[in-house]
Amino acid sequence: MDASRAEVCVVACAEAWRGDGEILASPMGIIPRLGAELARHTFAPDLLLSDGEAYLMAGDTVEGWLPYRAVFGVVAAGTRHVMMGASQLDRFGNQNISAVGDWARPRSQLLGVRGAPGNTVNHPTSYWVPRHSPRVFVERVDMVCGVGYDRAGGRFHEIRLVVTNLAVLDFDTPDRAMRLRSVHPGVSVSDVVAATGFPLAVPDGVPETRLPTAAELALIRDRLDRDARRDREVP
Amino acid sequence: MSLAGVVGELRSGMTIGIGGWGSRRKPMALVRAILRSDLTDLTVVSYGGPDVGLLAAYGRVRRLVTGFVSLDSVPLEPHFRRARQEGTLELTEVDEGMLYWGLLAAANRLPFLPIRAGLGSDVLRVNPSLRTIRSPYEDGEELVAMPALRLDAALIHLNRADRYGNGQYLGPDPYFDDLFCQAATRRYLTCERLVDTKELLAGGPPQSLLVNRMMVDGVVETPRGAHFTSCVPDYDRDEAFQRAYAKAAGDEEAWSRFRAAYLEGDETEYQEAVIRASLT
Repeated sequence: MDASRAEVCVVACAEAWRGDGEILASPMGIIPRLGAELARHTFAPDLLLSDGEAYLMAGDTVEGWLPYRAVFGVVAAGTRHVMMGASQLDRFGNQNISAVGDWARPRSQLLGVRGAPGNTVNHPTSYWVPRHSPRVFVERVDMVCGVGYDRAGGRFHEIRLVVTNLAVLDFDTPDRAMRLRSVHPGVSVSDVVAATGFPLAVPDGVPETRLPTAAELALIRDRLDRDARRDREVP
Repeated sequence: MSLAGVVGELRSGMTIGIGGWGSRRKPMALVRAILRSDLTDLTVVSYGGPDVGLLAAYGRVRRLVTGFVSLDSVPLEPHFRRARQEGTLELTEVDEGMLYWGLLAAANRLPFLPIRAGLGSDVLRVNPSLRTIRSPYEDGEELVAMPALRLDAALIHLNRADRYGNGQYLGPDPYFDDLFCQAATRRYLTCERLVDTKELLAGGPPQSLLVNRMMVDGVVETPRGAHFTSCVPDYDRDEAFQRAYAKAAGDEEAWSRFRAAYLEGDETEYQEAVIRASLT
């Protein structure tokens, strides 16, 4: 029962929430969502998850009410770990989802900063990049939405993990620059380095990202994602 | 009141707050009524969706104050993107929580409220007038002083209301509609159905009564007035229509056909055209 790349990514995303306890997991994207659900079904049973609207869901059961304004309360309280997307991400973890090019007159207007500035200075943040490429992993982002380690993020700032379709990265270096933590099975270190537009910290002997267990695979395939939406995000 | 009556009380150059969130429970009938008017040069404060997109497409927005513009199921708003890329719209871009805090400050008649969001980010770079403030207490922490977002007018859409301006939401999320009203000088509420006051509490719990008559200056009954955004439990977002809207926005000819089909008549004609389109 070989795991697909998408399934490896689901498990890698799940691992971001390991040890977080009774907090709100806010995944953005299909694979982060599946990761958070997998984490709660297995090693992180205390996580809270919203339906993306105003309910906290325990499986199919509504267990709480969380309208948008209450989410900002959770953000400020710090009892949340978000996994956001990134149109651009630099080596210190600055993230851009607002606009590409000169902000005053962008080449490509995207979503806007959304809650990224507040998220990153209030509680742990991870990122999910479904297509690891030099277009995303840039030397310098055009608009800092999510705050990186080379800026004044304050006492609650923490960027936990960056999960991509190729690898898992973190900031466990003396200067908090991005480091290659593991490569997914079938990906080489040089693949990741070539797909990254800045010098990446590469330790000796980069391990492989762990494979899903048989139980995790069964959960993903038979319960959490029977329609294989994961394969649309990472083919 | 009527839609035209509300628009008649608005003026070009005003700062107008629009309730809802993204493509959810937007006062679209009022937005469409603004498109039919000659109002222009507006500053719009919104958790942006197609309200912003349409007003921008018609060149009515001088400045937008927002944290995002999105159609939710269609992530990027095409008219907003074009306006930004062509440089026809000035933007005050703040974190979503900062927008909330700006409305809360205005609602509380405070000049600003301190917030952590924004620190370290380029929100401070692109808003050079934003200031930080140091805590006067022992901690001395530096925070963003989010200025009050005072509104000349607020436009919101709810499920039910009485004719006095008591309004009720029946979906799961109030969004920030009460705050938009509290931050504004003139407040206008459209609703799916106008009911007798005594019917309000029969329809939902007391906490569903989101706004009361001292927070509202005018009420208009506009069935399906949030279309094509969602207004649960009365109706979901019209995804097919939204896709058609987003697709038409990408092409000048398609957009003029869309305008001709839907936006050149009054609200009744709009709703009839939507029904006709859904039958074909």
